[in-house]
Amino acid sequence: MNLQILKSRNFQIILVLLPLWFLTYHYLQPFTDWLIESAFGLPRNKHLTEALRFFIFEAPKVMLLLALIIFVVGVIRSYFTAERTRKALEGKKTFTGNVMAAGLGIVTPFCSCSAIPLFLGFVESGIPLGVTFSFLIASPMINEVAIILLYGLFGWQTALIYVVTGLTIAIFAGWVIGKLKLEKWVEPWVYETQLGNSEMDEDRISFDIRIRMGFEAVKEIVGKVWLYVMLGIAIGAGVHGFVPENFMASLMGKSTWYSVPLSILIGIPLYSNAAGIVPIVSVLIEKGASLGTALAFMMSVIGLSLPEMVILRKVLKIPLILTFIGIVGCGIMVVGFLFNFIF
Amino acid sequence: MLPLNSQINFNMEIKILGTGCPKCKALENATREAITKNNIDATVTKVEDITEIMKLTMTTPALVVDGKVVVKGRVPSQDELVQLIEK
Repeated sequence: MNLQILKSRNFQIILVLLPLWFLTYHYLQPFTDWLIESAFGLPRNKHLTEALRFFIFEAPKVMLLLALIIFVVGVIRSYFTAERTRKALEGKKTFTGNVMAAGLGIVTPFCSCSAIPLFLGFVESGIPLGVTFSFLIASPMINEVAIILLYGLFGWQTALIYVVTGLTIAIFAGWVIGKLKLEKWVEPWVYETQLGNSEMDEDRISFDIRIRMGFEAVKEIVGKVWLYVMLGIAIGAGVHGFVPENFMASLMGKSTWYSVPLSILIGIPLYSNAAGIVPIVSVLIEKGASLGTALAFMMSVIGLSLPEMVILRKVLKIPLILTFIGIVGCGIMVVGFLFNFIF
Repeated sequence: MLPLNSQINFNMEIKILGTGCPKCKALENATREAITKNNIDATVTKVEDITEIMKLTMTTPALVVDGKVVVKGRVPSQDELVQLIEK
């Protein structure tokens, strides 16, 4: 078994790339300083110099982190198929089910086009509606790109806060939806769908293929988000020294109570991926927005997206979609207020 | 006795299951390419109806050869595709 892994070509590539990655990451800061001060010969502590330093350091750093983590997540996800997740959730009691569904929502591969088959598969095999919702809420909201960017631009504490609050919202929103017994607002054809019995041995995928899936994930996701990340960091770098420090304080600061619900309402129709929103949120915070308000805004943009609602409309009636938005929105609001109160 | 391969190869039925996401299109293109390049005698159909898809898989896209799901949720390389189809 071990010998076979060593023979895998993709594994050999990894063995070469990993040390390179760590070297690059380790020497990024001194390299940036050398580039700015010695090679370009720019004066210290000028706005332009610091903006340039910020960009030249942050952009590659975030891209490096993205590539590594997306690769690792891609390999891990090859073990968590939708079918396995469903099996794990079958027959679970309500609350335990909600907790597990939210947790599995993080690791199970998910895109908006797989939302419908997933929903059908879950509901058909008798997984309660509330548990299914816990999954559907956690899956897009807590994604690896958001976590990496939060880690890269704010530090691990903020990333952790995001994951924990996101999980909590997914668990409780799903639990409430389950308690409300809203099955009548699910399109009837959902319950008439015949579920086939496709047993396929997923263990048969070789480790070599799993590594390749990791590479594919990096290519796909980094290819999709790099431009947003660059733009976001460039805006961040530009605003760094040029916009007054408390520019956003009156609008999104702690003292304005309505800033939390307002940010959530604005966030629902705004559709952006995590890659685009996190750098913007970092700018908002730097310019005086409070953490709770910024967090609420970010969760609303990522977790409540209009395109996903449109897709879900195929299986859910409008009252249920509105209830879903309402409950998740309230959850985000509580988080926003809580963090504005604590910090 | 005929080699097993020649029997199975005789006009296979290949289905691509997917609701139309980019990955589904990638899988369809890759499959068609593998078939043309290797002169495999097979009919490829795209299945987009969700109730039909659900009878076979929950993960899209999926590749179905003679009624059996052989790949789901990913787009295999050309080599792997040929292997999977001819098996």
